[in-house]
Amino acid sequence: MTRVTALDDHRPSPAEAAIWHLLEEVPDPEVPALTVLDLGVVRMVSVGDRGQVSLDVTPTYSGCPATAAINMAIRDRLLQAGYEDVQIKTVLSPAWTSDWISAAGKEKLRAYGIAPPVGTAAGEGAGRGILFGADPNVPCPHCGSVQTQRVSEFGSTACKAQYRCTDCLEPFEYFKCI
Amino acid sequence: MATDTKIDRKTLTEYLLRLGDTSLILGHRLSEWCGHGPVLEEDIALSNIALDLIGQARLIYDYAGQVEGEGRDEDALAFTRDVTDWRNLLLVEQPNGDFAVTMARQFLIDCLNVELFAALSKSSDAQLAAIAAKSLKEVTYHRRHSGEWVIRLGDGTDESHNRIQQAFDHLWIFVEELFEEDAVDAAIIQAGIGPSVKSLRPAWDTMVDRVFAEAGLTRPTSDFPRSGGHKGEHSEYLGYILAELQFMQRAYPGMTW
Repeated sequence: MTRVTALDDHRPSPAEAAIWHLLEEVPDPEVPALTVLDLGVVRMVSVGDRGQVSLDVTPTYSGCPATAAINMAIRDRLLQAGYEDVQIKTVLSPAWTSDWISAAGKEKLRAYGIAPPVGTAAGEGAGRGILFGADPNVPCPHCGSVQTQRVSEFGSTACKAQYRCTDCLEPFEYFKCI
Repeated sequence: MATDTKIDRKTLTEYLLRLGDTSLILGHRLSEWCGHGPVLEEDIALSNIALDLIGQARLIYDYAGQVEGEGRDEDALAFTRDVTDWRNLLLVEQPNGDFAVTMARQFLIDCLNVELFAALSKSSDAQLAAIAAKSLKEVTYHRRHSGEWVIRLGDGTDESHNRIQQAFDHLWIFVEELFEEDAVDAAIIQAGIGPSVKSLRPAWDTMVDRVFAEAGLTRPTSDFPRSGGHKGEHSEYLGYILAELQFMQRAYPGMTW
């Protein structure tokens, strides 16, 4: 059994590639513009000799209610495709970061009306979480203006904050950089 | 699982319950704001923070149950222990009061949590380190939120200034307990599992003083510090919290829905 992770660039076996391909069709239950792969929560896929599938999935936030729904959606999709033995393991380390959202995922977020994380959690975006830290400019996903204001640190889901654009006057959500 | 056996199960379980209980009780207190926030954004914010804390508690309880090895899962630990078996800090069981009291309580604990989880993310215990690294991202965000509110209220109107100052004056008797250590802590420090909380005090003081200076608040003093949470000696409030938190599982043991 080979382990293929999202963290390295191992070439997946054909059986594993088929699983990764199916996962491209599983939307995130709370941000359906993104797939679970765009979100970067699937960390490892392996397929055993008898077709048994093991996946490592990491939660975005400790209390994210979507975690169970994501696992269920993945399981459902694989069962539909005929995989009967599916083991999903929740892994906490390394902790999920918004840096794992794919470039395509960030573009999908913007198109959906949610501003993607600005910068990287490890770099220039890190100030977001720090009291007295610098606030990055969050461009409006509607008109592109950086004349935006934070309305609240928290939004409709654990992963988002609320902003408004002072140019086009639209409110929007910002996918937090963590 | 514990990475090695430098510590006995009972001590590690006890330590994990202290962490988990503090997170769950604070999360429960914040959840009481749901539908009652002063503005919609804060209603949502407090519920989000509650969700993070309850999520952290679940991860810690799940691990505590494994370490204990007596078949108790996260639900058994949350719903079937009585008051004297709870190990949370007294600060977090104090009533929400007005918004200023809630923010003062939150800021005091957030400043501790940032330092504590940063230290625990380097724990010799791999599972606790993983939980802490995940939680650290969240509590850092919480501290930003509560810190900004302390500044806004302290540096706001006379009314908001007086209320947040009174809130800190009122809660300060619970601050010393945050930095108390006993035999469990000694064993935890010895095994490299957790930090000395006393050693976190300077960083906590620095952040609190900086925010107080910005907010124009006076740091209170306390002649009669209270403690006992880690020994199961709680204020009268915890019993009422548990009555609400545990009602369903007490009335209908093992129920699911």
